[in-house]
Amino acid sequence: MAEAALTADQALRKQRMESLARSSKQELEPFWKEHGQDLPYSYLREPEIGLVMVRGRAGGTGQRFNLGEMTVTRCSVRLSDGTVGHGYVKGRDKRHAELAALFDARFVQDDSTAGFLDILNNRRKAERDNQSAKAAATKVDFYTMVRGED
Amino acid sequence: MYVAVKGGERAIENAHKLLAEKRRGNPDIPEIKTDQIREQLTLSVSRVMAEGSLYDPDLASLAIKQARGDLIEAVFLMRAYRTTLPRFGYSLPIDTGTMQISRRISATYKDLPGGQVLGPTFDYTHRLLDFTLTANGEEPLEAESSSEGVDNTMPRVLDDLLNHEGLIQQEERVSDESHEPVGDLTRQPLEFPADRDIRLQNLSRGDEGFILSLGYSTQRGYARNHAFVGEIRYGSVDVEIAPEELDFPIHLGEIDITECENVNQFKGSKTAPPQFTRGYGLTFGQNERKAIAMALVDRALRDKEMGEEVTSPAQDEEFVLSHSDNIEATGFVEHIKLPHYVDFQSELELVRKMRREQAEQHPQRAAE
Repeated sequence: MAEAALTADQALRKQRMESLARSSKQELEPFWKEHGQDLPYSYLREPEIGLVMVRGRAGGTGQRFNLGEMTVTRCSVRLSDGTVGHGYVKGRDKRHAELAALFDARFVQDDSTAGFLDILNNRRKAERDNQSAKAAATKVDFYTMVRGED
Repeated sequence: MYVAVKGGERAIENAHKLLAEKRRGNPDIPEIKTDQIREQLTLSVSRVMAEGSLYDPDLASLAIKQARGDLIEAVFLMRAYRTTLPRFGYSLPIDTGTMQISRRISATYKDLPGGQVLGPTFDYTHRLLDFTLTANGEEPLEAESSSEGVDNTMPRVLDDLLNHEGLIQQEERVSDESHEPVGDLTRQPLEFPADRDIRLQNLSRGDEGFILSLGYSTQRGYARNHAFVGEIRYGSVDVEIAPEELDFPIHLGEIDITECENVNQFKGSKTAPPQFTRGYGLTFGQNERKAIAMALVDRALRDKEMGEEVTSPAQDEEFVLSHSDNIEATGFVEHIKLPHYVDFQSELELVRKMRREQAEQHPQRAAE
């Protein structure tokens, strides 16, 4: 995958879609009330549950293989001015995918509405840091026995 | 041969009602909720996701509840459910080198960059029953925290440490992967000889008990490759997909996985210098026993590419790959309990006929 070739716009959109995917429906709903409530939109693709086959690599770095599937929900919307948004999220929450698609379009329409993502990103970072700090507390400290004399 | 039979509808219906009642157990005891299973029986959930070959902790929890805790039945429910869903595509290969690490250990190096991170493990517990868990109102436990987190960019033992000295074989990778097909057992039947991609997919969704026993057999001498655990990692990795409607890959979410990389002995050949060889294990969820066993069996199945003689069951890919799937296995093993009345009737006739013939030919034996 030619990932290095992303434009600045693509990179920003990718980053924002990631924040939306990492969040939950419960987290996103109040922000939608604030930034998009009553905006008319139509579905390009109604919320749909499906599967993505997750791939790994032999030895972590080698030949690709199919590890197993995961449930994914996707949705595509069009706002009344024609702006299109896509949402792909892990799991089977249709409203989560719909909100992700709506925000994806909304951010294109009005960049200033994306400010709340910082709150969600900080929340995710705090959760990760907390988990990581707990794992770090289980790190083994090896020590060498010091002999009594000299 | 199994012949379809009619009738018994009411008996079947009543049997299923009785099953539901037994599933519920004593109604005076609170009903178990699926989110309790998801949060508190996480290793069962891991196993059902791995062998169901479907990552969805909520579904796995439901399957475990519905199956009354029979994990193979739960795996069956997961496999059946996935057939009802469309396939959106394939993910980009996950990068276990950037895992958010909950556990990382190495049995080959004591002091290594990133350290030995034990994480949530049964290792070093005393295996004494803890009766405080049966008491009600247990105080929630809070784990200790370190002031700094784990270094998620810590080196990989095999690729970054051992390979540094050129002492271990490299994992081969073609330069242009866009035209390299990746075998998929959910789309095409198992055929032999099977390439490593198919073998790894098969082992990852294979029955834990079967893979464990085969792995064990390699350690006891039924395939000569003495293994060390170079590295085990458990944690979460990001999954990305490149959907056709977008021209860049996007993040779907994180999944928990367990990875095991084994280092195995290899004497070298006329053309190759002595070098360690590798075995790889990767499973959904926290599933360490399975990942280690899978890595042992993966190595054993690489016999042909290593020019080794096939002498043991774990090296025989047709034997291993054809019998690892517990849904296929349980389907065939258990189907013999279903009505075989017509079949058996003909067997009965045959035995009676043979006995008659024998009695006519040897009347004195029949008289004894």
